[in-house]
Amino acid sequence: MSQLLNSSLARKYVMALSGLFLVIFLVLHVTINLASVLSPDFFNEASHFMGYNPLVQFIMQPILIAGVIVHFVMGFVLEAQNRKARGSVGYTRYKGSANASWVSRNMIYSGLVVLAFLGLHFYDFWIHEMAYKYVEANPEDPTRYYAETVEKFAPIWRTVLYVIAFVLLSLHLWHGFASSFQSMGMNNKYTPGIKRFAKAFALVVPLAFAFIAIYHHLNPITH
Amino acid sequence: MKLYLKIWRQKDTRSKGQMVDYTLDGVESDMSFLEMLDVLNEELIAKGEEPIEFDHDCREGICGTCSLMINGRPHGPDSLITVCQLHMRSFNDGDTIVIEPWRAKAFPVVKDLIVDRSAFERIQQAGGYISVNTSGRPVDANAIPIEKDMADKSFAAATCIGCGACVAACKNASAMLFTAAKVSQFALLPQGQVEAADRVQNMVRQMDLEGFGNCTNTGACEVECPKGISLENIARMNREYLSASLKG
Repeated sequence: MSQLLNSSLARKYVMALSGLFLVIFLVLHVTINLASVLSPDFFNEASHFMGYNPLVQFIMQPILIAGVIVHFVMGFVLEAQNRKARGSVGYTRYKGSANASWVSRNMIYSGLVVLAFLGLHFYDFWIHEMAYKYVEANPEDPTRYYAETVEKFAPIWRTVLYVIAFVLLSLHLWHGFASSFQSMGMNNKYTPGIKRFAKAFALVVPLAFAFIAIYHHLNPITH
Repeated sequence: MKLYLKIWRQKDTRSKGQMVDYTLDGVESDMSFLEMLDVLNEELIAKGEEPIEFDHDCREGICGTCSLMINGRPHGPDSLITVCQLHMRSFNDGDTIVIEPWRAKAFPVVKDLIVDRSAFERIQQAGGYISVNTSGRPVDANAIPIEKDMADKSFAAATCIGCGACVAACKNASAMLFTAAKVSQFALLPQGQVEAADRVQNMVRQMDLEGFGNCTNTGACEVECPKGISLENIARMNREYLSASLKG
């Protein structure tokens, strides 16, 4: 077991499993977000439940944060080790595009943009929530979420930054989602189907996120 | 045809190397790439200069000795061949060709274009075999029935010639395709089952010790492999390793 934890293959398993976990989280996130377009009342109800349910707040939320941290820390560790493995002298000419896709070769960069976005996203929503609940100690208000969310997308700069991050998220998922199955040892007759599903997911989910951000920017609440 | 060559020259492992420019005239299109280098070396020797060292042996595409990074691709621009099977008709008059050794921390340069690939030998020695008593009573090789599909997959994995193009192509200098091919050729056969768990653990441990990078599933190794070794082998190694480790 100790050998497993130190091996290059274990690092692959950790990247794959934490990635798949985050993919599942994205499904939950995009579903609730879509409610903000389709049914503001349900969105308020779901957001309030997520914000005040102790199971979500004190068990699921820390697990999610741990999943994000494990994924990006391992990503940095792998990148550092892989750069070292090339040796002190690199190629004068290296034609990476001849044998591998751009997205697969640049996961570190798409990942870094998504990570930077998570910083902004946490500042916008998570820190705001923590301040509202625990610092300012405001009373529970199950009707506030929809209006707060729509208001967040009023500035064009924030909407643009979010959409850029979703494009990079799409590129990251384009390689990463199907790749995690290969890492876990799954490459069989179902692989072409998994690849098609993963690519469809990589397009549809970020597109839905982007649509929601743009929709709220274009449809502000007028009093 | 006339070619402009940029070739890596390095005196020995400890010396600092550099790219050196050469112009070579009179190259014929039906020459192999290695013959072209032979012609250049004859010119260098005639001028009293040190010839360029490069690895080669069978020149039939089966030994895995030749190993050149040509214009940024292992074994050059064509698919499913080694450098010795690459011909100058794949290039045009006036072309500039950049020739470098495989670049990996685990493959130190010995001289010019020759690298030390003994890391592969050590991975193989760590478990790429089956323990069979070959003396005494001979056993019929066909006594154990093997499913055709398994036999074919095992044979396909066993066609790996250990040239190192997978490592050279991989942006991470990972040796997973090589190691996976060597694990798979035994994992797919009943004769390989006895030592299967130890084999995959020992070979992966040695691969890590040699300082190769981690696989990020870009698939570059599969594209550049002169023998077309499939990524399926890496997935097989991943599950063999996971199940061996969990069983303890």
